[in-house]
Amino acid sequence: MDEYDLFAPVQLAEGVSVFRKIDHPDEVDLSSANTQKPAKELFFPQSEVMFRYEKVGKRNQIVSLDEENRERILFGARPCDIEAISIIEKVFVSEEYTDVYFLDKRKKTTLMGLGCNHPISTCFCSSAGGDPFLRAGSDLFFIDLGEAYFVELLTEKGMAFHQNKFFKEADPRDLTLVKELEGKAFEKVGYTIPVDGIEKRLDLMGESLFWDRVHEICMGCRICTYLCPTCHCFDIVDEGGHQRGQRVRNWDSCLSPLYSLETSGHNPRPSCRERTRQRLMHKFNYFPKNFNQVACVGCGRCILYCPVHFDIRQAILWTSSKRPKGSERGVL
Amino acid sequence: MKNPYLPISMVVKKTNVETTDRMLRTLELSFSNEEDAKSFRFIPGQFCELSVLGKGEAPFGIASSPTENGSLKFTINKAGVVTTALHHLEEGSEVGIRGPLGNAYPIDLFKGKNVLVIGGGFAFTTLRSLIVYLLHPENRSKVNEITVIYGARMPGLLLYKEELNQWEKRSDLKLVVTVDWGDKDWKGKVGLVPNVLEEVAPTSENTYAVICGPPIMIKFTFPKLMTLRFPNERIYTSLEKRMKCGIGKCGRCNIGPLYVCKDGPVFSYARLEKLPKDY
Repeated sequence: MDEYDLFAPVQLAEGVSVFRKIDHPDEVDLSSANTQKPAKELFFPQSEVMFRYEKVGKRNQIVSLDEENRERILFGARPCDIEAISIIEKVFVSEEYTDVYFLDKRKKTTLMGLGCNHPISTCFCSSAGGDPFLRAGSDLFFIDLGEAYFVELLTEKGMAFHQNKFFKEADPRDLTLVKELEGKAFEKVGYTIPVDGIEKRLDLMGESLFWDRVHEICMGCRICTYLCPTCHCFDIVDEGGHQRGQRVRNWDSCLSPLYSLETSGHNPRPSCRERTRQRLMHKFNYFPKNFNQVACVGCGRCILYCPVHFDIRQAILWTSSKRPKGSERGVL
Repeated sequence: MKNPYLPISMVVKKTNVETTDRMLRTLELSFSNEEDAKSFRFIPGQFCELSVLGKGEAPFGIASSPTENGSLKFTINKAGVVTTALHHLEEGSEVGIRGPLGNAYPIDLFKGKNVLVIGGGFAFTTLRSLIVYLLHPENRSKVNEITVIYGARMPGLLLYKEELNQWEKRSDLKLVVTVDWGDKDWKGKVGLVPNVLEEVAPTSENTYAVICGPPIMIKFTFPKLMTLRFPNERIYTSLEKRMKCGIGKCGRCNIGPLYVCKDGPVFSYARLEKLPKDY
């Protein structure tokens, strides 16, 4: 294990949990249903140096950064966060251009997923195509049985751990327990949000009055996009001066008025209406058109941390005729 | 693996102030490294990201033609931080460049057809690239008639004036230059591009139209093209949007599911019609 850097959830303050490099086992904190900041941060940091430059004589010397040398383990990420990494990968790794910063970190990381025994009220992963025990994407999958973890080795990367001294052969009775836990979690998270077919429904709603209404309570704080495990927009800025400095990329958000503002003063998305439409259309219409999958994993962070209680599930419901009774009066 | 975010080095060979308001400057850049010069291949309509390290990076259409070997030209409107820094560069200064990026004008479709080029203001840059390319002896015979309609607000704001004078003399190109307001030395046409298009009335038969200019010009020119019976599939335009990465990752230049940087900047009207008006 010494050749790996271990990243796992830690609690920085009450309710503030993030993935950090672990130096001591006591730091790991799996008490919250999910971290506040998603695991995407490990592959696509909030702020990342792309390269440094320095003037040597009359010319600039560009120094690309050293690649990550050590192998990494991501432990304790929930299936939604792991699914989200593969969603970002679809954009960042393509035939024509590959985002080397992302891919380098992705390649060097073994993903150890953790099943969700206790999904919370904002979770809707099963509606969004995932589930609380989705193995896809994980190299190893952990299920908390109370006294021990039930571990599945799923990929070649995962198999590399089969001789780990902490693992022992599972008991057939454990399997029954796993099934039981899965059943309970499924029941809790339910299958109530009509994400299926949303791409087609939104095709007809480009100029719908829906957008006039849906954005109304949003105040454009952008926290939903920063904490979203699939949002991957970034800004590029130079820091430093003429002699030396660095080019940095930072998380950006389509909900920011500056995001699409042009130097001329023209802004193709001048109000919160267009920006909210962009956020939702990208997740549920544009992204599915390009990649056959919605860019939402149902982690519920945007609902949980929205200061004005915008509920993306309600917006999804509103696109559907199959609205549960009373939903038209819901908070949105 | 190649890192698509790293700029390569070019050097300012020549600069030229194009307009009397001094807001448009053409930079002619040459490659610092021999290998880059060899491997850089582009088609008119493509763009590059130019960097002034410490100031930032911004996208610009390539104004030179691939037939003009060894250097690249960009005509830059002084508008913000990066463009101002580019304006301040002296000959011999270094510029970082990434590209060529984006798709290009569909020159293969132009074979055996007439080409109508309509340009307005400083959007004429990639159109210049296209015209120079089509006029090259190797390419001229591949297309039939070439008609160019180019307008600017005032005579002093026309780009590439020397070239326009040379083109005027050619028999294998019909050039109509117009300005919104003439001055005492102006002997050419006075009138807005859409009206001049109506007057020139080029045939739409067997013709592709390429139109590039300020939104207001496009808005009023488009109906005139319809009147001339140009089908949407044969009208092309090049779009601009705020961009950062230029390679379809950073997100901001999307119009619906398409990205101006990698699926554009050149779009046919048939394609644009199906997209949200997010530009």
